[in-house]
Amino acid sequence: MDALTAWVLILGLGATSLLTRGSFIVFLARLEVPKAAQRALRFVPAAVFTAVVVPELAFAGGTLRLGLDNPKLLAALVAAPVAWRMRSTTATILVGMAALLLAERYLV
Amino acid sequence: MHLSKDFLAGARACLPVAPGMIVFGMIAGVAMIGAGLTPSLAAVMSVVVYAGTAQLAALQLYAAGTPLPVILFAGLILNLRLVLYSLALAPYVSRASRRRKLALSYLVSDNGYAHFAARFASPPDSRGKVDYLLGACSAIWVMWQAGTAAGIVAGASVPDGWHLEFVVTLTFLALAIAVIRDRALAAAAVAAGVAAVLAHPLPFRLGLLVAVAAGIAAGIAWERWTR
Repeated sequence: MDALTAWVLILGLGATSLLTRGSFIVFLARLEVPKAAQRALRFVPAAVFTAVVVPELAFAGGTLRLGLDNPKLLAALVAAPVAWRMRSTTATILVGMAALLLAERYLV
Repeated sequence: MHLSKDFLAGARACLPVAPGMIVFGMIAGVAMIGAGLTPSLAAVMSVVVYAGTAQLAALQLYAAGTPLPVILFAGLILNLRLVLYSLALAPYVSRASRRRKLALSYLVSDNGYAHFAARFASPPDSRGKVDYLLGACSAIWVMWQAGTAAGIVAGASVPDGWHLEFVVTLTFLALAIAVIRDRALAAAAVAAGVAAVLAHPLPFRLGLLVAVAAGIAAGIAWERWTR
């Protein structure tokens, strides 16, 4: 990543952090959020995390690869039950990384 | 700033989450290096942005060739939950000094807010509550930055070919699974995942935004129809 892109990302994301954190503490102290918007916000993390991660796993080199010959998808399928049962990001990463390295070395 | 008794009590209340915060900070540090940031820019990002999930999502999207405006919009969507904290905290801090309000506009975090909410169930505001909140959020900030710094150092010494970039993907996999706590949230996740694949050919990676909208709509629809 070149330095200019990095700075645009850093300052742009920094602005979104400040504006959201400060929104009602500093800027909109008198405004009320509609109930419908609050209900929608509840689904944001689940929707965003999945929308980011699924294409990373389903596509390899720009083409859809849903078979077990796709090492990252295979590694994720191994790591997902760990995430579900143990609720630990660290354990998920350790198992997933090990699965990816093994899959690339021995299977694909 | 003078560290009051309440400030220290807030900081102390957060100590049990130190190991978790430091480890997740380390993951973010390693991931920033894996995404191709130099160690110094990674450190700047950690301090300026101070929003782990938005940072990691942005770097993952950048690696996938997403245009900057779409990345920044996605970061804004992910940070929208901070609006909820801001909204919840406003009645507690409405009479606090401007300096304290500005400090909180930078420091409020998931964990800092959670510890405050667990301790104080209702407004109104008092100097002591605001100091407690500042103490909790400051403690979380220190833990996070310490972890990130350690991760940046560790990430910079990992050899190529270890697929460090996959750490980011796995982090999101774990987060996605962790936030699915009921069927409506599961419906939102499934819809977002399917839509993300179907909408992938859209230009400028707009499929991401379509998928997020589909997920939110599915979650709301599920809640409405199963009630």
